[in-house]
Amino acid sequence: MHKESEIRDPLILGNKTYHDISRDISRPVEGKANKYWWILFSLSAALMLWGFACMAYTIGTGIGAWGLNKTVNWAWDITNFVWWIGIGHAGTLISAVLLLFRQKWRMSINRSAEAMTIFGVAQAALFPLIHMGRPWLAYYVFPIPNQFGSLWVNFNSPLLWDVFAISTYFSVSVVFWYIGLIPDFAMIRDRMSSKVAPMKKQLYSLLSFGWSGKAKHWQRFEEVSLVLAGLATPLVFSVHSIVSMDFATSVIPGWHTTIFPPYFVLGALFSGFAMVETLLIIMRKVVSLESYITIKHIEYMNVIILLTGSLVGTAYITELFMSWYSGVEFEQYAFLNRATGPYWWAYAIMMTCNVLTPQLYWIGAIRKSFVWTFVLSIFVNIGMWFERFVIIVTSLHRDYLPSAWTMFSPSFIDIGIFLGTIGFFFTLFLLYSRTFPVIAQAELKTILKSSGSEYKNKK
Amino acid sequence: MSSKTTIYGIFDDEEILLSSVKEIRAKEIEIKEVYSPFPVHGLDKALGLKETRMAITAFIYGCIGISLAALMIYNIMIVDWPQNIGGKPNFSFYHNVPSFVPILFECTVLFAAHLMSITYLIRCGLYPGGKSDSPDVRTTDDKFLMEIEIEGDVSSVKDILKQTGASEINEKQA
Repeated sequence: MHKESEIRDPLILGNKTYHDISRDISRPVEGKANKYWWILFSLSAALMLWGFACMAYTIGTGIGAWGLNKTVNWAWDITNFVWWIGIGHAGTLISAVLLLFRQKWRMSINRSAEAMTIFGVAQAALFPLIHMGRPWLAYYVFPIPNQFGSLWVNFNSPLLWDVFAISTYFSVSVVFWYIGLIPDFAMIRDRMSSKVAPMKKQLYSLLSFGWSGKAKHWQRFEEVSLVLAGLATPLVFSVHSIVSMDFATSVIPGWHTTIFPPYFVLGALFSGFAMVETLLIIMRKVVSLESYITIKHIEYMNVIILLTGSLVGTAYITELFMSWYSGVEFEQYAFLNRATGPYWWAYAIMMTCNVLTPQLYWIGAIRKSFVWTFVLSIFVNIGMWFERFVIIVTSLHRDYLPSAWTMFSPSFIDIGIFLGTIGFFFTLFLLYSRTFPVIAQAELKTILKSSGSEYKNKK
Repeated sequence: MSSKTTIYGIFDDEEILLSSVKEIRAKEIEIKEVYSPFPVHGLDKALGLKETRMAITAFIYGCIGISLAALMIYNIMIVDWPQNIGGKPNFSFYHNVPSFVPILFECTVLFAAHLMSITYLIRCGLYPGGKSDSPDVRTTDDKFLMEIEIEGDVSSVKDILKQTGASEINEKQA
């Protein structure tokens, strides 16, 4: 049995029994969607369709439909790609790293955080795909034997590392998620009556793979989860390190820095936790899970945001210091131009949202408030998008020849595709919240006695 | 006619189940299976289950992954089409291996994670459309079920189950 110090606050509120947990978590699946769900779903689906139309237009006419030019030849596409990949990282951190550290508070939030990872990485993967211009030739990025005279991929290239890293990350995340989902699907299956909802019952029978909860199966389940967590932990750090190497191995001033891998990983965790908070603060209300996703969970996440936000701030200042200390004019100009050049406003947004706002979490009242957390999480989401924009666009728009210096302005297609991925992401998440067990109920039941409020009071 | 009877003892609480399992095994009665809604810590030891070897399979699959990845990269970059990229010619695997590390690592994880998960599903007999063989649907919700198969005298086993805290006892003739 788990033993936990009595001074720790309960993680499950309201006097719940095992059966209550099953009931509360099946409720969104068994019941009908409320008005708010339909409003949010319609809005997201409309945005998604608009995004798809913009993608179709891009594929039909070519990348010229975007605001790119000869100088700024990488802009919103890669900004959005890195932003979405970064968002995905918090899910793996919560489900894998916190499992290795035996943090019990992860159990109420890991399922949704992993869903966010999978849906976020799917959005990210769209950008390189459409940037190819001819997405039906996407198989060129894999080392497949072909008839083009041994036309192989280049294993020295960080772009190919990215292909391997993101495919592995996506597929391993899906598997990790699904292994945990099997017992929870089985719970939903067993609650359903084949007379009332025969189709649903059949669907959940199919999804639950015939799980019955035998002692040997649970023993294997626990070991498989532990090993997958052990594999996913270095994987998640490798993925964003490799994403950062897309920039760091180039010779563009402002990109060519060795600080990039840790700086990108921290930024990814920072933005990912902000997105988890944005989603969960809405979800706990929409599907009535206030007893399971408590202010304690939000506070723990805010502490991680405070930590990673401060480290990201340190990285910004380190970059500035190193560019001055390097004595390289190009490097110095790149950073001076970021802060005071024509894109100073993007730099100011980045600095305010990522460095200053998380510092508010030193104040207990803000750290323990749903409203404040929600507002600040939006700030962080915006700030982290601008971080990527600053790194990418401001480094490129002043290149080696002053005659080539220019500005970037997004076309409506650029904006449409970005909004489309936000719509697509929320559409997937809303569908998930109505069809999946949104909390890992089997795992949660193991901590009811050590962290449930009723059991805590009894002691 | 065989006179085998299956007895199902249903428990409401995992701690009662655990102590009951220990007592029943101490009396040398064989427990056929235990179904529970979540992993009960210490149950595998109390039932005398062997340690699972899933982690060992993951290690082996990881070794296979890194070897296949190294073989693939060696064949593509060194043997089939060596190129001089950035003044760093690909003539030997050894000198170029640092830039192959990321993909060697990713392939290790890819193989270990997927093949271990597939092994887990096969070993547990889980597949899409599989049927649950739990005798009681409440075992995925809040009940713990102990299944004992016995020949001959049933009442003594039932008594022990009752004494050790089973909330419900059912039986089924084979």
